[in-house]
Amino acid sequence: MTALKTPAPPAPLDGRTGQARRLKRRRQLGRAGLNAAGVLVFLFAVFPVYWMVSTALKTNDQIFTTDFIPIPTEITFDHVERILTEGVAGNSIWVYMRNSAIVALGTVLIGAVLALLAATAISRFRFRGRTSFLVLLLIVQMIPAEALLIPLFLNVKRLGLYDQLLGLIVINVGLTLPFGIWMLRTFVAAVPKSLEEAAWIDGASRFTTFWKVLFPLVAPGLVATSIFSFITAWNELIFALILMSDSSGYTMPVALQFFFGQRGTDWGAIMAGSTMMTIPVVVFFLLVQRRMVSGLVAGAVKG
Amino acid sequence: MTNTSTIARGGGASPAPGRRRQSSQRPAKASGLPAWVVPYVLLVPGLLVIAALLLYPLFQMVVMSFQKVGLRQIRGVPAEWVGWDNYTQIFDNEIFWSSLRNTVGFAVVTVSLTLILGTAVGTLLNRLSKRMSTFVVVGIMSAWAVPPVAQGVIWRWLFDADAGMINWGLNLLPDWFSRLLFGRADWTGEPWLNDALSTYLVLIITVVWASFPFIAVSVLAGLKGIPAELYEAARVDGSSAWRTFRKITFPLLKPVFAVLTILSIIWNFKVFSQLYVLMNGPTNREAFNLSMFSFAEAFRSPPKMGTGAAIAVVLTLLLLVVTSLYVRQIVKTEEM
Repeated sequence: MTALKTPAPPAPLDGRTGQARRLKRRRQLGRAGLNAAGVLVFLFAVFPVYWMVSTALKTNDQIFTTDFIPIPTEITFDHVERILTEGVAGNSIWVYMRNSAIVALGTVLIGAVLALLAATAISRFRFRGRTSFLVLLLIVQMIPAEALLIPLFLNVKRLGLYDQLLGLIVINVGLTLPFGIWMLRTFVAAVPKSLEEAAWIDGASRFTTFWKVLFPLVAPGLVATSIFSFITAWNELIFALILMSDSSGYTMPVALQFFFGQRGTDWGAIMAGSTMMTIPVVVFFLLVQRRMVSGLVAGAVKG
Repeated sequence: MTNTSTIARGGGASPAPGRRRQSSQRPAKASGLPAWVVPYVLLVPGLLVIAALLLYPLFQMVVMSFQKVGLRQIRGVPAEWVGWDNYTQIFDNEIFWSSLRNTVGFAVVTVSLTLILGTAVGTLLNRLSKRMSTFVVVGIMSAWAVPPVAQGVIWRWLFDADAGMINWGLNLLPDWFSRLLFGRADWTGEPWLNDALSTYLVLIITVVWASFPFIAVSVLAGLKGIPAELYEAARVDGSSAWRTFRKITFPLLKPVFAVLTILSIIWNFKVFSQLYVLMNGPTNREAFNLSMFSFAEAFRSPPKMGTGAAIAVVLTLLLLVVTSLYVRQIVKTEEM
C-alpha cells in the first residue's frame, strides 16, 4: 500500500520501453517495501520470544548488564539446570510441569468425549431445543472466569477437592467444554452424511456407524479441538492460584510467580521456566495450524 | 434445562416430518432407543457439566452478591443476607471507579490498536509472496502462542528498570529527540511498573503484541475470499489504496470485523494473567481492573467474598451487553 508512493525514477529517453521499465522498477521497489514491512512485523512478533529464550541461555554477567547483548556470546545451561534441581518454592520445575501436564491431559480426555457426543448430537440431528442449546453455548463462553471463581472455590472446598489436581481438571473441563463443542460441531458437520447412510444400507448399527465411519473422519478435528483445550488448561492461572495451597500441587503458571522474589528477580531462571512452559504450546499451535489447513475429508466422497 | 421440558411435553408431537424421514433411514435394530431420544442422550453429559460448572455457579454468584460471606461463612456458618449492602459498598469505594475506568479504558485502547495493527498486517500478508507470507505467519503465530503468564514475564523483563531492553533502547535516542518527545533524555533505571498509568502502557503493548496475530490471520482468511477482479477493476479505475480498502475491502469484510471487534472486547475486558504478572499480584490498588479487584476482595485476607461477587456481577453485566451483540451477529451471519 504505502510502497506505491515510491518516487518515480528519472524519465527515460525511449517512450514505450522506458515506461515499461519504469513500471517494472516501481513494482520491484514496491515489492521490496512490502517485504521490508513483512520482516519488520516478523521481528516485532518474534523478538520478545527470542529474548526470553536467549536470556535463559545467558550467563548472569550478560543478563544483568546495561549493555545490549543481542546474541549470547557464552551459552550456559546453568539456569535450566538450577530450575530442574533446586527448583522454586521447594520443588523442582519437573513437579510443576508434571502437574500442568496432568491437569491439561485430564481436561482433554474428559472434555473430548463430552464434546464429541454433544457435537454429534448438534450436527447430526435436528431436535427441539437445538438452537437454544447453541445460543447457550455462545453465551456461557462469555462468562468471565472471575465471576465463577468465588462460588466454584467454595463448591470445590465443600466437595473435598481443594488442593487436588482432580478439582482443577473438573473446573478446566467446564471452562473449555463450550468452546470445544462449538469448534467440533463444524468438523462433524463437514463429514458427508452419505458415508453414514452407505453404512446403514450395508446393515451397520448406529454405534458401528459412529465408531467405524464418523469417528475416524472426525479424529483430526478432535485432535485440533483437544489441543485448544489442552492449551487453555495449560495456561490457566487464576483457578490454579486459589485451589492449590500446597506447593507440590502448583501448576506452571502459579510456580512462575514464585521466581519474583523479594531480593530481586532471578531473570535467568524465570526465563528458563517460561521457555519450558511455552515450548509445548508453540509446538501444538503450529500442529493445529496445519490440521486446520489440510482438508478434512477431501477425496472421501466425490462430488 | 429447556431440553428436558421439551421431552416432558412429548417430543414426538413436535412438527417433524424431516426428522421422521431421517429416522426411517436409521438402522432398524439400532440400540433399542427411539430415534428422537438419541440426540438428547448424547447431549445430557455435556449439559450436566455446563449446568454444574457454569450456570449454577453463576446463579450462586448472584445470590452471594447479596450476602455477607467472610471467613466464618467459608468455614460453614450460614451466610447472612445483607440486601444491596455489597453494592452500595463498592459504589462508594474509589477503587471500584478507578477499576472500572481502567477496565473500560484499557479495552477501548487495546481493541482499537489490535484491530488497526491486525488489519494492516492482514492486508500486508495478502500482498506478500506465498513464501514470505508463510514466513511472517509462522512468526506472528509464535507470538500468539505464548501463554499469557509467559507474555507478562517477557514484557516485565523487557521493561525492567535496570537491565531492561526498553530503557536501553530509549537511551539510544538522540538526547534532543528524546527531550522533544518525552521531555527527558535519561531513561536509566526508569521503573515502568510502579505507577498505574505506565503499568497499563506496558499491559497494552503486551496484549496488542499477543493478540494482533489472530486478527491478522482472520483478516487474511477473509481477504482470500474476495474475488481478485474487484481489485483489478479498482486498479483500472485508478483508485488509491486507501479508497480501495474503504470501498471494497471494508464493506465485504464487515461481518468478519464485527465478530473480531466483539471477541476482542470480550477478551480484553477479562484480562487477568498478564496484569497479575506485570504488577506482581494484586499489589497496586490504583492499577486494579475489575477482575483483579474482585479477586483481591475475595481472596486477600480478610476475605470479603460477597463484595467480590458483587464486583463480578457488575463485570458480567458489562460483558453480557457486549455478548448479546456478538450472539446476534453470529446468529445473523452463520447458519447454525
